[in-house]
Amino acid sequence: MARVEQRRIGMMGDEAVAYAIKQVEPDVVAAYPITPQTIIVERFSDYVADGLVRTEFVAIESEHSALSACVGAAAAGARAFTATASQGLALMWEILYIASSMRLPIVMVIVNRALSAPINIHCDHSDAMGARDSGWIQLFCENCQEAYDTAIQAWRIAEHPDVQLPVMVCLDGFVVSHTLEDIEVLPDEVVKEFVGERPLVRVMGHEGEVPYRLDPTGREPLSMGTFAMYDLYFEYKRQQEEAMRAALKVIEEVGREYGELTGRYYGLIDQYKLEDAEVAIVGLGSSMGTAKDAADELRDEGIRAGVLRIRSFRPFPTETVREALKGVKTVAVMDRALSFGGPAGPLMMDMATVFYGLKEGPTMLNYIYGLGGRDISTDDFKAVAQDALRAAEEGVEGLPVKFVGVRE
Amino acid sequence: MLHEGVRTCSGCGASLIAKLVLKAARKPVVVVSATGCLEVATSILPYTSWKVPWIHNAFENAAATASGVEAAYKALAKKGLIKEVPDIVVLAGDGGTYDIGFQSLSGALERGHDFLYVLYDNEAYMNTGIQRSGGTPRYAWTTTCPAGEVLKGKLEAKKPIALIVAEHRIPYVATASPSEPHDLIRKVRRGLEVEGPAFLHVICPCPRGWRFDPSLSVEVARLAVKTCFFPLWECRWEDDDMVLELTGPSKLIAEVPELKLPVEAYLAIQGRFAHLFRPKRMEPLIRQIQADVDANWKLLLRRAGMA
Ligand SMILES: Cc1ncc(C[n+]2csc(CCOP(=O)(O)OP(=O)(O)O)c2C)c(N)n1
Repeated sequence: MARVEQRRIGMMGDEAVAYAIKQVEPDVVAAYPITPQTIIVERFSDYVADGLVRTEFVAIESEHSALSACVGAAAAGARAFTATASQGLALMWEILYIASSMRLPIVMVIVNRALSAPINIHCDHSDAMGARDSGWIQLFCENCQEAYDTAIQAWRIAEHPDVQLPVMVCLDGFVVSHTLEDIEVLPDEVVKEFVGERPLVRVMGHEGEVPYRLDPTGREPLSMGTFAMYDLYFEYKRQQEEAMRAALKVIEEVGREYGELTGRYYGLIDQYKLEDAEVAIVGLGSSMGTAKDAADELRDEGIRAGVLRIRSFRPFPTETVREALKGVKTVAVMDRALSFGGPAGPLMMDMATVFYGLKEGPTMLNYIYGLGGRDISTDDFKAVAQDALRAAEEGVEGLPVKFVGVRE
Repeated sequence: MLHEGVRTCSGCGASLIAKLVLKAARKPVVVVSATGCLEVATSILPYTSWKVPWIHNAFENAAATASGVEAAYKALAKKGLIKEVPDIVVLAGDGGTYDIGFQSLSGALERGHDFLYVLYDNEAYMNTGIQRSGGTPRYAWTTTCPAGEVLKGKLEAKKPIALIVAEHRIPYVATASPSEPHDLIRKVRRGLEVEGPAFLHVICPCPRGWRFDPSLSVEVARLAVKTCFFPLWECRWEDDDMVLELTGPSKLIAEVPELKLPVEAYLAIQGRFAHLFRPKRMEPLIRQIQADVDANWKLLLRRAGMA
């Protein structure tokens, strides 16, 4: 595919998402406002009011209903989109599992925000972590450009016949959602062509093989959302897990194809100066941009630092991460969420499995940071990297979990 | 529309109602079910009872799910990807409607999605084993409002759900009973014909939960109507005014009040009210139920302009 002409527009992360969704023009958008996601709903409402999209916009009465309506819409064969944050995602929890288990390729943008109490509107990743095991693909973005790009790619990933799973596109509240950035956008028709129409997979129903949808003619009926006992339920779950594994490849393929079109390549992870790194900072989202600056400064000071940003948190790219960290002496795993009472933060728990059972592997330490929007600076990241290096030299026992930037 | 061999209990009102509703449909119909007895009994994998496209999402979100289905078909039709928007029918129990599903129902009605919502009201959470709901009538026994030494079943009155729905000013609201199948079918058709949301509240005898012989289901429903415990009516809005009309036997009773049976005739054949009669008769409680019925009936007569 040939590289296409792109336009530069100044947009905030939320606006960039709304713009991408306008270009994709899903059949149904059902959403409910919550800071810091609200701008997405508002901008999209503008597009609807100005007749720029043919989308049926359902300004619904709760997030629980928003996702429920998306389930209905996707089951009817349509493309469905929603967006939320924090309490809204928490309210959806029940339906998250239903959407993924019914294998409905819904796309949802999460503007990451802390969970109450105390009520807090700023960024951390607790909301998305609460949805970690819900069977959704979770892609974390670093900036507005990536949010735009991922909101387009998500459809191709979700609807891929080997995947058929909903996708969550995560961007950091305020830091990305409300920050103005010059971003490159594709022409509408290129986006339309890239996403195409939703392909319907065929499944074996009780009246033979049929497209996977609620047939409006009634001639090819399916029963969707049925009841399964111990004799069949487990197989459903096993298949969901297979689809997650398949998504690893599809995320890369779609990222490559999109890269050829735009010059912006995305994969499962984002590597920054890792080739010769002795210390690596690993994390999710926008603060990895700050970590990259810290790595540059550390390199100026003679410390070979690098950054590994996990883009695909679910499915977790274990092998890709292992490969990327080969030769790294020590790893600082940054968690912007807590698993209260758990052995470490949620990302750390995954990271700890990457080298599990192997003779060789880096030292790993876990740093909890940024809860409720607490800022993290380049200096903080530099201190973290130095701490991780020191620990590697002195040797660590077990799995140290440390807190960054909190009053003790 | 519904295969034979549905795994509901014998005498189940819900499967009877589902059959009648689907019989009434004249266009392709897509069914949305809320979690509950009917949903579970009709979809136990690897079998299904549904000959029509059917979806179940969760307990409290049938109306939201139907909103999405309807929006999807509208969008696909706009794009020319489908020829015609089918009829959409929701089938939900009283728990999924009066209580946990009320928000999503109210929201969907306010937004005006075009579907027919059928509430099969067996007056308790039957699927989980007969617990009280907002639709359980006063002094009925359930497992969470048992008839004890002090408390005699549910103390609160049944929520007037159909009138509450009617106050949403949607195009069509009606009540129906499986004992009056022609009336029910006509109302289903009317509900499907109107543009926008329609709501049909159907009394749904449950032999297990109401404690009566399964052969008596239709008879119990008939007595609910004849005693005015569950009057039949339909309502639309005209010039900002609610136009409510009694139908079938209820209309007849309004015209010939002597036909109205005492509520005791209805209570006495159901085990869920047995504590009102045995070991000793609880006259004040029975009188209270009769007073509830009379008050509701009077209100309806006034609304129907027949008081
Ligand atoms: C959120 C949620 N809470 C509780 C349940 C458990 N549950 C399943 S069905 C049901 C009762 C259904 O009652 P009703 O709507 O009256 O329908 P019926 O079973 O009587 O047909 C309950 C409480 C559930 N499935 N989901």
